[in-house]
Amino acid sequence: MAEQPSSGRITKAPENFLSPEMIADVQRGRRDFLRGAFAGALTGAGAVVASGAAAQTPLLGDPNILELPEHTKGLGQPVAATPYGMPSKYEKNLQRRESPGLTRVSASSVSFCPLQGLFGIITPSGLHFERHHQGWWDIDPTKHRFMVNGLVKNAKVYTMDDLMRLPSVSRMHFIECGANTGMEWGNVAVPTVQYTHGMLSCCEFTGVPLSVLLEDCGYDKLKGKYLLAEGADGSSMTRSISIERALDDCFVAYAMNGEMLRPENGYPLRLVAPGIQGVSWVKWLRRLEVGDKPYATKDETVHYIDLMPDGTHRQYTSIQECKSVITTPSGGQTLMDKGFYNVSGLAWSGRGKVKRVDVSFDGGRNWRTAKLDSPVLSKCLTRFSIGFNWDGSPAILQSRAIDETGYVQPQMRQLRQVRGTRSIYHNNAIQSWKLDTNGEVSNVHVG
Amino acid sequence: MAKSLTFMWVRCVVISLVKLSLVAAALLVGTSAFAQQKYPGIGRAATPAEIKAWDIDVRPDFKGLPPGSGSVQTGQQIWEAKCESCHGTFGESNEVFTPIAGGTNKKDMETGRVASLKRPDFPQRSTLMKLSQMSSLWDYINRAMPWNAPKSLTTDEVYAVTAYILNLGDIVPSDFVLSDKNIAEVQSRLPNRNGLVTFMPMWDIRGKGDVTNVACMVNCATEVTLSSTMPDHARNAHGNIAEQNRLVGAVRGADTTKPPPPAMASTREVPMAAPAPVKAVTAAELARKSTCVACHVANRKLVGPSYADIAKKYAGDSLAVAKLMDKVKKGGSGVWGVIPMPPHLDMSDADIKMLVEWSLQGGK
Repeated sequence: MAEQPSSGRITKAPENFLSPEMIADVQRGRRDFLRGAFAGALTGAGAVVASGAAAQTPLLGDPNILELPEHTKGLGQPVAATPYGMPSKYEKNLQRRESPGLTRVSASSVSFCPLQGLFGIITPSGLHFERHHQGWWDIDPTKHRFMVNGLVKNAKVYTMDDLMRLPSVSRMHFIECGANTGMEWGNVAVPTVQYTHGMLSCCEFTGVPLSVLLEDCGYDKLKGKYLLAEGADGSSMTRSISIERALDDCFVAYAMNGEMLRPENGYPLRLVAPGIQGVSWVKWLRRLEVGDKPYATKDETVHYIDLMPDGTHRQYTSIQECKSVITTPSGGQTLMDKGFYNVSGLAWSGRGKVKRVDVSFDGGRNWRTAKLDSPVLSKCLTRFSIGFNWDGSPAILQSRAIDETGYVQPQMRQLRQVRGTRSIYHNNAIQSWKLDTNGEVSNVHVG
Repeated sequence: MAKSLTFMWVRCVVISLVKLSLVAAALLVGTSAFAQQKYPGIGRAATPAEIKAWDIDVRPDFKGLPPGSGSVQTGQQIWEAKCESCHGTFGESNEVFTPIAGGTNKKDMETGRVASLKRPDFPQRSTLMKLSQMSSLWDYINRAMPWNAPKSLTTDEVYAVTAYILNLGDIVPSDFVLSDKNIAEVQSRLPNRNGLVTFMPMWDIRGKGDVTNVACMVNCATEVTLSSTMPDHARNAHGNIAEQNRLVGAVRGADTTKPPPPAMASTREVPMAAPAPVKAVTAAELARKSTCVACHVANRKLVGPSYADIAKKYAGDSLAVAKLMDKVKKGGSGVWGVIPMPPHLDMSDADIKMLVEWSLQGGK
């Protein structure tokens, strides 16, 4: 059935689209003119009303109400017609997308999460951003093995059965790639929040705390200072984690948002390292090694190092510092009308909870404190919102998050003063969206 | 007889009792071992062979580095067969991955700091410009290379390829043989060995960071200037943004196929795009997924021939589909140059056929 989706927008009461001349006509009793104008407005909204026919039909209302649709008059689909439920066919615009020209090999690339269309703080599993280093796999969980070795009394092997018998935790945490917003260090490079901030997702993860596993293997409490986490994919991704972080709140997760992990997110086992950049959340996790020194893996020596103006690289930059971004409205979006908008966005900190978010509509001159939606959790996305009456004049929207340590999200200018423009990683600058008089919102940098 | 029977009975009982107590003792031992563990029955000891199979990491102090050696010369042969197609003959290619070599010099080897990293105008950062640890290079080649066949190199081959890369950066001479014995000495020549600093504030969760802002609320910045905006020509560079936003809600995606609309006078309809249609997988998508695009693109010779060149060469050849299907499946070289195309044994015939037919139409 070739159903043309309409904008879904209903033009408001007639007085809003009548010109003074038309109102004068109405007052003179030319009511057919009014009917024609109303029908025209409805047609613009996708309603199928021929203006000629409308001219003879008395004005009654919205055909979407007056003409009962098929779904009100017919029999719907049976249960389990889609055994694994899928989003509405009208939601297909919200997809993970690659940023054109960013990478040249799609098996070592990124797909960005469509933050511009999400609500609350949980990322739907199918929209979680992807970053693979050598392609992804759907691994048979009955054959997956997890090993702990190194400075432990008993080097052990666990099956998924073993891991899923152990005491578990379920926690909501954000995961952000260290390179998120990395394209924006020098200048505006990408149009929408999907591409500026979409290497960010937040899910409820379930799994076994590393403290349980390390205890079970009898790790060396004196000498054990670092962990190496290693993946089972071709890249066998490796990253160092401090034993302190590991024992605090890291865990091996087998579940995400109430079901097993998706293959693109490391099925059947991944590391969850709250507050630490995404690359350390090793997917398809096969091994943890306890050691007394960091490992300087390729992704700690050649990549995920932050270039400073003096030519040195910062190594082992891991914590994702406090950051926020307005998602509605955001770059590439259009306000359709003047009037009220509930401006909303996301805030997070790798060091704990978000304490406060302020929003500016004038490019940072004046700020108002936004409302934080509950729950506000540690190392988790927090949704904020604030009312905005748009009068049609240009505006620059910004959000600024403050975390429980008192750290204030910095301006782009302040970051550049210290780190230059070439560090690629850890850009947590205040994002600016310019709202133009035509209702369009675009990505800008404020000097 | 009766006596001996009694004796035997007694003996039996005694043996049984001894056996029982042994079993009991064994049970006790078992129970106490179980009691010592917090999570009895979970996991098992890893065998030495299992640990050896997986514990392949090499640390900066070369703990974990297996003994072996390989020459620059051998490395070059392996490189030309297995690495060159992605990285270029001299590790200079920027087509598939960023360059491996380039941007370092003799002076850098003396200071251990790559001077070109200070230059904002320097176009690319090669692997050798950034590399501070020999172990990282050796370990990564060993665990993850070649790209489509990771962990297929022998230990000596890993040494050889590493040696070849070092030679590309003039870090070792062309007659050099790299081994576990001299790798530490090579470490002391790495151009960027002193170029990395551990930045504790962003490793430690209690760190304070290095950039400070204050939460001013009123009359903060005296002047608000735009330092950067999206250039007009990039309006549609990420596809039509209208098709990347929901059909309902507070906002719509801008129709970036059209120029920006004029200022909003009053209520105005915003043109809507239909949701993206669901398509069957196209040959172009298949080519992307199968990483064909790493070596072949539409109109330009990359590592392999362009689709346009393939179409031209086989125009009018009725056997072309069958021939090329075989080639894609089994791999081969010699038709377009010396760089071999790897075999694609895991692809279905239907997929290969689709890709070959598409290639023969110039990838259109």
